[in-house]
Amino acid sequence: MSQPIVSVNHAVKTFVVNKGLGGKKYVHAVNDVSFDIMPGETFSLVGESGCGKSTTGRLINHLIVPDSGEVYYNGQDISKLSEKQMRPLRAEIQMIFQDPYGSLNPRIKIQDQIGEPLLLHTDMDPAARLKRVHELLRLVGLGPSHGERYPHEFSGGQLQRVGIARAISVNPKIIIADEPVSALDVSIQAQVLNLMKKLQEQMNLTYLFISHDLSVVEMISDRIAVMYLGSIVEIADKRDLYAMPVHPYTQALLSAVPIPDPTVHKERILLEGDIPSPVNPPSGCLFHTRCAHCTELCKQQVPPMKDFGGGHQVKCHYAEKFSGKSAEKTL
Amino acid sequence: MAERLLDVTGLTTTFRTGKKTSVTAVNNVTFSLDRGEILGLVGESGCGKSVTSLSIMGLFEDTAGKVASGSIVFDGEDLTKLTTKQMRSIRGKRISMIFQNPMSSLNSCMRVEAQLIEAIRLHNDVSKSEARQRASKMLSAVGIPDPEQTLRSYPHQLSGGMSQRVMIAMALCCEPEMMIADEPTTALDVTIQAQILELMKDIRSRNNTSILLITHDLGVVAEMCSRALVMYAGRIVEEASVEELFASPIHPYTVGLIASVPKLGSGVTSLPSIPGSVPDLSAMPQGCKFAPRCKYAQAVCRQTEPELAPVPGGNGRKCRCHLFGKEEGKEAQA
Repeated sequence: MSQPIVSVNHAVKTFVVNKGLGGKKYVHAVNDVSFDIMPGETFSLVGESGCGKSTTGRLINHLIVPDSGEVYYNGQDISKLSEKQMRPLRAEIQMIFQDPYGSLNPRIKIQDQIGEPLLLHTDMDPAARLKRVHELLRLVGLGPSHGERYPHEFSGGQLQRVGIARAISVNPKIIIADEPVSALDVSIQAQVLNLMKKLQEQMNLTYLFISHDLSVVEMISDRIAVMYLGSIVEIADKRDLYAMPVHPYTQALLSAVPIPDPTVHKERILLEGDIPSPVNPPSGCLFHTRCAHCTELCKQQVPPMKDFGGGHQVKCHYAEKFSGKSAEKTL
Repeated sequence: MAERLLDVTGLTTTFRTGKKTSVTAVNNVTFSLDRGEILGLVGESGCGKSVTSLSIMGLFEDTAGKVASGSIVFDGEDLTKLTTKQMRSIRGKRISMIFQNPMSSLNSCMRVEAQLIEAIRLHNDVSKSEARQRASKMLSAVGIPDPEQTLRSYPHQLSGGMSQRVMIAMALCCEPEMMIADEPTTALDVTIQAQILELMKDIRSRNNTSILLITHDLGVVAEMCSRALVMYAGRIVEEASVEELFASPIHPYTVGLIASVPKLGSGVTSLPSIPGSVPDLSAMPQGCKFAPRCKYAQAVCRQTEPELAPVPGGNGRKCRCHLFGKEEGKEAQA
């Protein structure tokens, strides 16, 4: 088996909020998260707002540093690197953001924005850079004439193509795509997803795909991790996760997605209440406040991550009962 | 046959963009809504679905927008002919609205109770304490576990799902005959969305309230509505019952839209997409507005705009396409 390109090992990240009279409080944004991303695959993080999926993405490209735990990139622990030591690696880890308009500078021509990573990471002369920019524009389905324009002259879908062109300009190994299609209409969303798939094949890219939309994730991913309140509750192969979700949260999440087919009438698991505040996470299993199968054990003890083989991991005390299988090992 | 509640005929809404220029956001829109019906209005951003709802509510005062022509007959009364004062007695009382972003639709400086009491007392001659009791009842009706606590809260102390429940309670507190829900769950997480959709269905069956549900999410339409209108570039391009719409969409735009939505559990790895993007309101193509993106487009499509015509034997089904009924032409192109 090949080496993982990214490996996150028991990463923890908390942010300080409210340094007021009550003393410091902490948001537990990422809580003991571990996973591996293999070269060439699309690994997705799904979850509802505030579950820590974006923070996890930012840990990987060193925009933030974990409080404890390690993040390995190609076997090297990057969580301890300084900004300067990190810089040469940045070309290999690129990012696509959610809001395509907000992630581009409104006063700079598109061709200069796409060319900027080339300016920083390569020693191309201006003519070679421009040639490469035109090549990139064609690759994402735009023309060289688009390079002369400014961001406000584009539609949302076109801007997201520009964002992708900029991310792939320096031949990265891995791209972190944080909700890249959430701001787009469905007909445009399909165009961008297809483009990302095509580029992955052409350039042998690895994606970390962050999204709240389970239908989109199913289309693009190979493996999926479901997050809840800063921790991963289930990791599985795409097929396993959608065919037989084990964790009660995954089951509820999947059943809540409206299906665009009026002839399908599925049994819906309605979750009670809201997501608890990450400032004050519940004791024991983080999901116990909303879980229909909750017992005393769940309220008191944090469940271990159990491995059911084939890369299927579930963080639930009763995972054996829900899956009908016995765990191969406990991590 | 169900009783007709709302009849919109030939609604055209324009926005002034300069001294002499304007754009038409909603163009000749005609539809009707029965009592107790949930009608879906689907389309992508900028297709005019929200402007249609604002036109019905008459919310264009002091803005660049105005209803240029057409009539909106609500229970026998043409809303476009009413004075501001008359409109005010209908708005909130007989037709109410739920907006997309609950956080920004509530007043952040007022407690929930003050906002609900205001809405109730505006339309009903009741004392403050009676209104408060009613507000508390409404909150428990929309599934808020501790209404007293919530009444005393400010909006920032509530979660997104809770605020949307407060918005719905406010919309319901005068027992309206019709509710316009403009993307009511778009800002919410899926598990909370499921709760709110259940709540809306429940309200419909309890009070026989008609709901005009505006959304871009075809999944929500399939689950909630009995009939749906598909809008594109300010026009209705197709009208059909939800079963027919998803089983056999007719208009090429509807076909493309339904195909481009990834379906959960289908295991697809690539999606058919519609090439190009939505035309700019100020630079609309001549002829059929979808022609530049349509793979079946022919000369006639680029020259004249098709009418929204009833589909033969289609049970009230309508479609705006030149090529419909001329299947041979379509197949030859494809």
